[in-house]
Amino acid sequence: MSAIKVYIPGDSAAVSVGADDVALEISRLARASNLEIEIIRNGTRGALWLEPLVEVQVGADRIGYGPVQVADIAGLFQTQFLTGGAHPLSIGKVSELPWLAGQDRITFKRVGIVDPLSISDYQALGGWVGLQRALTMSGEQIVAEVTESGLRGRGGAGFPAGIKWKTVLETQDETKYICCNADEGDSGTYADRILIEGDPFTLIEGMAIAAIAVGAQQGFVYIRSEYPAAVAKLSAAILLAREFGVLGKSVLGSTYAFDIKIRVGGGSYVCGEETAMLESIEGKRGVVRSKPPLPAIAGLFGKPTVINNVLTLASVPAVLADGATSYKSRGVGRSLGTQIFQLAGNVKQGGIVETGFGISLGELITSYGGGSLSGKPIKAVQIGGPLGAYFAPKNFDLAMDYESLLTAGGMLGHGGIVIFDTSVDLAVQAKFAMEFCAIESCGKCTPCRLGSTRGAETIQKIIDGEEFEPNKRLLLDLCEVMTDGSLCAMGGLTPMPVMSAMINFPEDFENRAEVMK
Amino acid sequence: MTHSSWSLGAAMAVLEPLRAEPGPVLMALQAIQREFGFVPDEAVALIATTFNVSRADVHGVLTFYHDLRTTPALENEIKICVAEACQAVGSRVLEKALKATYKEEVCDAFCFGNCALGPAVMVNGKLIGRATLAKVAEEIK
Ligand SMILES: Cc1cc2nc3c(=O)[nH]c(=O)nc-3n(C[C@H](O)[C@H](O)[C@H](O)COP(=O)(O)O)c2cc1C
Ligand code: SF4
Ligand code: FES
Repeated sequence: MSAIKVYIPGDSAAVSVGADDVALEISRLARASNLEIEIIRNGTRGALWLEPLVEVQVGADRIGYGPVQVADIAGLFQTQFLTGGAHPLSIGKVSELPWLAGQDRITFKRVGIVDPLSISDYQALGGWVGLQRALTMSGEQIVAEVTESGLRGRGGAGFPAGIKWKTVLETQDETKYICCNADEGDSGTYADRILIEGDPFTLIEGMAIAAIAVGAQQGFVYIRSEYPAAVAKLSAAILLAREFGVLGKSVLGSTYAFDIKIRVGGGSYVCGEETAMLESIEGKRGVVRSKPPLPAIAGLFGKPTVINNVLTLASVPAVLADGATSYKSRGVGRSLGTQIFQLAGNVKQGGIVETGFGISLGELITSYGGGSLSGKPIKAVQIGGPLGAYFAPKNFDLAMDYESLLTAGGMLGHGGIVIFDTSVDLAVQAKFAMEFCAIESCGKCTPCRLGSTRGAETIQKIIDGEEFEPNKRLLLDLCEVMTDGSLCAMGGLTPMPVMSAMINFPEDFENRAEVMK
Repeated sequence: MTHSSWSLGAAMAVLEPLRAEPGPVLMALQAIQREFGFVPDEAVALIATTFNVSRADVHGVLTFYHDLRTTPALENEIKICVAEACQAVGSRVLEKALKATYKEEVCDAFCFGNCALGPAVMVNGKLIGRATLAKVAEEIK
């Protein structure tokens, strides 16, 4: 009999709650009982509340157990989990878990299923098909397909990917670059990390397609230093892709050359802003550049540069493989395709939910999230990272797409949804938004650099119950100056969490002196 | 994380492979910090001459990035995430407790991408999810 395949995620999130120890103990007990097993360290399926989620291959199915702690393992062996035996931690066939089965996994279709560094796994699930098709097309045709798919930037601004690529394609230069933004600084977001750790070849394939489309030879991936495991996985994947012939002098035997280098960040949030990122890749201070010129015309080292988020680039292989029509059959209005939502904070069932745009906020939080972790009622959710708006449960019917969120005074950002229970104080959150801006500002504009500090002080006065009306007026003025007078969205959008907190949770700001009495 | 003490030879060896890289200053500072645990004054001058940039430029980069430090690393490095998703599950309370116990070995961080399993703490490079004082204690040297 061949070895039984046991999948234990090697993803950082799973490891942070004990997956390495679980793998060691399972392999120890298997050896002790002379059972032949093969442990595969897959990525996470994204159902993070089930981590460590151990899966056993039984026939054509994978039977899951989770969350498994070391203390559970002897019991799992007793109940014959290696043949799919019943156990209180069993979730049955993983693919039939309603939480996963209800999703529409396009970008994340291989994540959690494959061995992240196995090229044969990658190919078995459709890997390189998009790239092979791209190699039969002209740059213009590839760009047209991406434009037609409706794919928009997943990093925050939601700019149509195809239009950006078109500018780079049409800008004449011998040297062009593809820069992947893997800075993922937004609190409540982790999809870039999980994709890179769980299916790095998809990102490599997406970057190669972008390179062929616009005529670039060199790619850079800018990964934040907080993600050491992602850096390691992607480095290993790049070496394998070179060996396999996807990267290097000839992409899959074609006349195109393309290779990728990794650059690691320095612990600075603003370096996620695309021009600050370019400065940082050039080894300089991460100070935001003025536009124009657009990076698409004069970007990295002054050359035409495609800058896209990890999820944008990782969606491209599916767009090319299955065609624009298939991709844009998902979603609503001008928000086409799937969005990778990330449930975070005080949530019972946190994780990755990939589904067509337009799902309601309430469905994400209640059906997928299962409510708060603490069991207390949910009071607030922040959508779109530290620059995103705070909403209340009364907004749960909000449709999750770019336009609906904008209309509601928010933004989708990178798709993170942070959930807070009734213990949260929105005035404290508003103050944190200002403090964060003060810490992370690149320093170029006064409203952002100094306004944020003034803002935090003013909110502190409100928290302390000092005269409300004049401080509120001062804060509103400051927010207006920051919105209008900042070069980038760091200073320009910090007012969004502040204002939305005041509008949606006025009770946390008004009459604090009375409340404190 | 064991670091060597400063030596010009070791520093030059660390920088040598970066000569071929475009825009090497940040990478150079990171490499120096990996080797020595921090960026000593001597390294700033060495990076400036090695890559033909001004000392002011190197210094500018050094002071911009939160990761880079100019004083020797402490025995333990405990980074607690105090960004929103971890705040929502009590990271501020844990932060206070950690700082009371481990003092200046504790510093704030903003997100480790483990926001569904917070509070997140990184101890000497190891990420801990659903962190507690007890879980952190197990990783302390
Ligand atoms: C302060 C700030 C931080 C940002 N951080 C990120 C980030 O971490 N990752 C990202 O992809 N985009 C980030 N962005 C957005 C980028 O500037 C840019 O729009 C994006 O990388 C473009 O890729 P996309 O079109 O594929 O989304 C940030 C923007 C600002 C203003
Ligand atoms: S808004 Fe802030 S972060 Fe953006 S360029 Fe101005 S000072 Fe820098
Ligand atoms: S907010 Fe703490 S890990 Fe992301």
